[in-house]
Amino acid sequence: MSPAPARKLRVATTSLAGCFGCHMSFLDIDEHLFELVELIEFDRSPLTDIKEVGPCDIGLIEGGVCNAENVHVLREFRRNCKTLIALGACAVNGGLPAQRNHLPLSECLREVYQFRPGIANGQIPNDPELPLPLDKVRPIHEVVRIDYFLPGCPPSGPAIWKFLTDLIAGRTPRLTGGLLHYD
Amino acid sequence: MTKQFLLDGQPVPFEDGQTILEAARIAGHYIPSLCWHKDFAPHGSCKLCIVKAAGRHVSACATPAKEGWEVESNSPEMNGERRGLLQMLFVEGNHFCPSCEKSGNCELQALGYEYEMLTSRFRHFYPDRPVDASHPDVLLDFNRCIFCELCVRASRDVDGKSVFALTGRGIDKHLVVNAESGRLADTDFAKDDLAANICPVGVILHKREGFAVPIGERTYDNATIRSKKLKESSS
Repeated sequence: MSPAPARKLRVATTSLAGCFGCHMSFLDIDEHLFELVELIEFDRSPLTDIKEVGPCDIGLIEGGVCNAENVHVLREFRRNCKTLIALGACAVNGGLPAQRNHLPLSECLREVYQFRPGIANGQIPNDPELPLPLDKVRPIHEVVRIDYFLPGCPPSGPAIWKFLTDLIAGRTPRLTGGLLHYD
Repeated sequence: MTKQFLLDGQPVPFEDGQTILEAARIAGHYIPSLCWHKDFAPHGSCKLCIVKAAGRHVSACATPAKEGWEVESNSPEMNGERRGLLQMLFVEGNHFCPSCEKSGNCELQALGYEYEMLTSRFRHFYPDRPVDASHPDVLLDFNRCIFCELCVRASRDVDGKSVFALTGRGIDKHLVVNAESGRLADTDFAKDDLAANICPVGVILHKREGFAVPIGERTYDNATIRSKKLKESSS
């Protein structure tokens, strides 16, 4: 590692159509977290509970895009982050949520909210506060420009650490020595 | 004196009739492939073995070696082409490694690692390809088919059953089963057939043994496809 830069890098993270597994894996860098907080500070993130993203150096996006709110958040991140990163399988290719893509959306909603065993008088939620689902789940690079991709379900702690240290040191991040996995 | 060509500057001996890929593998050089198999005639569909020979892009599996040729394979340009081909294969099917039993043993995935494919880059097609779970011992998950025709060739030429075929054109191309019903259960397909054990990706899966070897301990989890294939051709 090179010495800490004078100004701490500002990092925002979010989970769109994801399971927070990539965020958990991020925490799996364990004691490296102490080194990391010397180099970065968090903006919007589930770790800070800041609700709106501000100007940042690095944005980490977990999850694909499955509804209108995801699109909004993703565009806000792109607007504010100098470097935007797809973190994990769902952000990279849609992942598990995209497995609904070959089914009509209405069929998915009816199956869950009307026909599931144990549901009486079920109806599809239509509260205007709920973000509208998209007809297909999309990886984030199909919506905004993405600078770097870090695949894996989730990417391992060591992979995330290697990637971030490369990036912070100003190198092109590279996953070598078995750190690159899609599963 | 034996004939030879230069592969990335290294001399590779060959005999008349041998392809660039065959000669290279025998001489201990790796040129990647998905649809090629040493026991079958070249198919030339996956194009992963693309090389530049005498200034032209050719499939190494289908191009006979020629005396004195300079062949470029392991170069940034050729490997970039391969990455692009892999990306197209990934978006054309539904390749979700985390939910695939073949993960770790899959040659498509291993080549993604080999050529450091980090994103599928293009817009995903998300085709609708229902699975066929009718057979008692074997599951067909067409989502992952790359149309290499290895199962087609093995079933026709070795098993003598002609269970599989490709049909349709372009984006509508798909693997079909040779039965009136279209179901694998209505064929004489058996799990010991060569066709049941030759799929390089996760289409033809044996039931009840998907996770007998855990993720993390599989063929390409801790070794590169390059090293595995070179070991195979030297043994």
